Amino acid sequence: MSAATGNCTAEGGVSRGNLRYSAERGQREVFCGLTGIIWLHRKIQDAFFLVVGSRTCAHLMQSAAGVMIFAEPRFATAIIDERDLAGLADANVELDRVVTQLLERRPDIKLLFLVGSCPSEVIKLDLSRAALRLSSRFSPQVRVLNYSGSGIETTFTQGEDACLASLVPGLPRLGEEAAPNLLIVGALADVVEDQMRRLFDEMGIADVQFFPPRRSTLLPAVGARTRYLLAQPFLADTARALEELGARRIAATFPLGAEGTASWLKAAAEAWAVDPSLYRRVTQPAYERAQRALSRYRDLLAGKRIFFFPDSQLEVPLARFLSAEMGMELVEVGTPYLHRAHLSADLDLLPPGTRVVEGQHVENQLDRCHAAKPDLVVCGLGLANPLEAQGLTTKWSIELVFTPIQGFNQAADLAELFARPLVRRTRLVA
Amino acid sequence: MQLTVWTYEGPPHVGAMRIATAMTDVHYVLHAPQGDTYADLLFTMIERLPRRPPVTYTTFQARDLGGDTAGLFQNAAREAFERFKPQAMLVGASCTAELIQDDPGGLARALRLPIPVVQLELPSYQKKENWGAAETFYQIVRAMAAPQAPPPGFKRPPRAPGTRASCNILGPTALGFRHRDDVQAVKLMLADLDVDVHVVAPLGASPGDLARLGEADFNVLLYPETGSLVAQWLGRTFDQKTIKSIPIGLGATREFIAEIAQLTGVDPGRALHGAPSNSSWYSHSVDSTYLTGKRVFVFGDATHAVAAARIAAQELGFTVVGLGTYSREFAREVREAAKLYGIEALITDDYLAVEAKVAELQPELVLGTQMERHIAKRLGVPCAVISAPVHVQDFPARYSPQMGFEGANVIFDTWVHPLMMGLEEHLLTMFRGDFEFHDAAPASHLGFTAAPRDQTAAPAAQPAVPAEAVSDRPSAPVSATAGALWAVDAEKELGKIPFFVRGKARRNTERFAADNAVALITVETLYDAKAHFSR
Ligand code: SF4
Ligand code: SF4
Repeated sequence: MSAATGNCTAEGGVSRGNLRYSAERGQREVFCGLTGIIWLHRKIQDAFFLVVGSRTCAHLMQSAAGVMIFAEPRFATAIIDERDLAGLADANVELDRVVTQLLERRPDIKLLFLVGSCPSEVIKLDLSRAALRLSSRFSPQVRVLNYSGSGIETTFTQGEDACLASLVPGLPRLGEEAAPNLLIVGALADVVEDQMRRLFDEMGIADVQFFPPRRSTLLPAVGARTRYLLAQPFLADTARALEELGARRIAATFPLGAEGTASWLKAAAEAWAVDPSLYRRVTQPAYERAQRALSRYRDLLAGKRIFFFPDSQLEVPLARFLSAEMGMELVEVGTPYLHRAHLSADLDLLPPGTRVVEGQHVENQLDRCHAAKPDLVVCGLGLANPLEAQGLTTKWSIELVFTPIQGFNQAADLAELFARPLVRRTRLVA
Repeated sequence: MQLTVWTYEGPPHVGAMRIATAMTDVHYVLHAPQGDTYADLLFTMIERLPRRPPVTYTTFQARDLGGDTAGLFQNAAREAFERFKPQAMLVGASCTAELIQDDPGGLARALRLPIPVVQLELPSYQKKENWGAAETFYQIVRAMAAPQAPPPGFKRPPRAPGTRASCNILGPTALGFRHRDDVQAVKLMLADLDVDVHVVAPLGASPGDLARLGEADFNVLLYPETGSLVAQWLGRTFDQKTIKSIPIGLGATREFIAEIAQLTGVDPGRALHGAPSNSSWYSHSVDSTYLTGKRVFVFGDATHAVAAARIAAQELGFTVVGLGTYSREFAREVREAAKLYGIEALITDDYLAVEAKVAELQPELVLGTQMERHIAKRLGVPCAVISAPVHVQDFPARYSPQMGFEGANVIFDTWVHPLMMGLEEHLLTMFRGDFEFHDAAPASHLGFTAAPRDQTAAPAAQPAVPAEAVSDRPSAPVSATAGALWAVDAEKELGKIPFFVRGKARRNTERFAADNAVALITVETLYDAKAHFSR
């Protein structure tokens, strides 16, 4: 029998580069990639996400969105029913009908993603062919692309990776003679983008584009002289696709906290051969302001022990920020996947001996968590209240994905997210 | 394939989770991919349960599909048994696992666990959450109680003189709308009727308790959506009668008490006397005259929708202009009820169809689910929640039943409150011109609308009402909407109408203009339309 559940534990992992790595398999308590739609549809404002899936997928979307603010959001589910499965209806014909119906209702849509799910993959519904077919039918008004957000292929934030990767082949190309341009890859809040853009501008890096863009008509161009900087740590496939077009990655830490942001910006400045004194002049005021703001939280967080359940793949850079900049102690850093190359700068800054666990066996992990009695647990929504009820203090990880946390001006907001549950616990006497 | 934006019900395995989570000493092993674990948060976040649902998910991945997903299932079941030591195990598949056909039942039986293993067949591509809950409850009751069944044709002997009657309470689940409090309210009434409560199920019951269901004299079925299959089977198997009345509202509560009194031969006096419900007096008080004829739209699960319509019409003096349900299984009951109000029932699980209906009927109050709350918000109509699906604020910290006389009081307060707030808004117009009282200022009960944060910020931080729903004022001096043009003076006159009815006045006028082929809406058209639509 395969090492299906629990045969492989986090104990006895390997030490490499001073960290203790291990991998485990068992029940994973993580969202699937469909969830990325919740922030992506707010980011790309003329895009619509049509999940081709089951009632479960539709229910996941509405439950994870938590609050349904938008009477008609720019996502929906085409629910496969028994007629499609029994072959009574041709699923492709049905899909075309649903898409036509949708586009009639929503003439504002310029880009439609057909998002694959576990059921559509298991029945081998070919969404890439469907996307081609529908694209040629509705072009030039609407482009139709596809990617998979299924739970058998993708975990939570990997949905964004799959979505962005599907956009890459359609990016405008730059010729050999084009000037170098800088691409910031990974969805950021608009306010964060604007701050970053101002800093790059002041450093004289003018040709900066953000991917994904706010509108599908503003796709960045890529060529052999394109350098890209990852703003998010979960973009393995997108990075690979960009490299295929000749773009090259600028290695850096992720822009979390004052130090993380500074070295992220510095990596770009060096790649653009920005004069170091100019770099300092531009970033110093914001850096110092961030440090001042962070210092208010340092006393609260320093020395506190934190335990990460795997969730968004942001765990390693968050752990770096919390240990290196805030003085927290890392009990365990769980992450669904560990992309060693993209994370190397952050991994290098973790304290020696840090336990990094890839994958999940939720029951064993809960046992370890209870045994370690950390001061703060970072976990998903399914686990938070049960852990609180058992006396632990938790921070829901999903908030770290929905809140603007990157960049100098958000550094203290990020620290505050971790401080708040601790402060709350000390305030409540009854 | 059906295009779906929001759904009233989850998939059937979520219904099964509502049964497992309601019970004690049960564990559910669900063959499902990792994303399906989202369902845990329904219980831990929305219902705010302090414990995880008793569910193990196999979380198979694509790379397992070619290999041994069956082995994965067996490992998960074995580990769950060892770790949680349940008295009984439920096993089944979610939508994806249903397609790979691993036969969880057979696999679990092959493990030869020393406890009952109940195999759930919940067709995900046909059925939905409430059906899944009802079926799961039925399957586990049969598994536990059938071994105790008397021979076929069993006739329940009359109760020995001098002994108290006993009953089971059937139907309350996890994630139900006020189920916890309803059970308490019903228990109080039963105590006043000298009836003992034998077993409450599934909420709080263990598999061992289910085995004792047949010992009670009769059954009280609170939620037919989840409990009627079980009530029927218990009726057939143990010759137990089921109380048909569902005590939501004053009238229905009286009937419920009378029905039990008659069945058990007890005096209903004490239970009825505990009935000086405030809601009845409040409804008669002069303050409530403004409620007369308020046009209400009712939508929810069948049980709550039918009960709400009756209360609205008979106990509050409203006019029921719309009634519907998303439970197709109970369409007949709702159609029957709608006839009482001279309307046709709306049977649909399409949120957009419900929204269109509300927009068309222009009710003054919407009684619905969380979905209708959104519809009402968008259309600017007051709303109260009467049925699942509900959100976190519909699990109040205080005791807040829907059933019994106290439930009637709770209902009076929650339905009338949003209408009272409408009255408060009159004050705003009386003080119009005062610097603090202007159209753009939100009514006090809506709180301060937070400045919109960034697009990707936490959804919770966004203002709840989309901007377009709030502003009905066009910027151009002469504006065209749906055909007719508004003359400048008519537009100005419209501005004098209190803002909370202005949207309705605009819509009515435009409809009137369209019906009468009026191309330019003048002040006269506005008042013609007002006269035309006034009741
Ligand atoms: S807006 Fe209201 S009903 Fe809707 S999700 Fe939020 S709290 Fe629930
Ligand atoms: S895990 Fe699969 S079946 Fe479940 S919600 Fe995600 S895509 Fe749908």
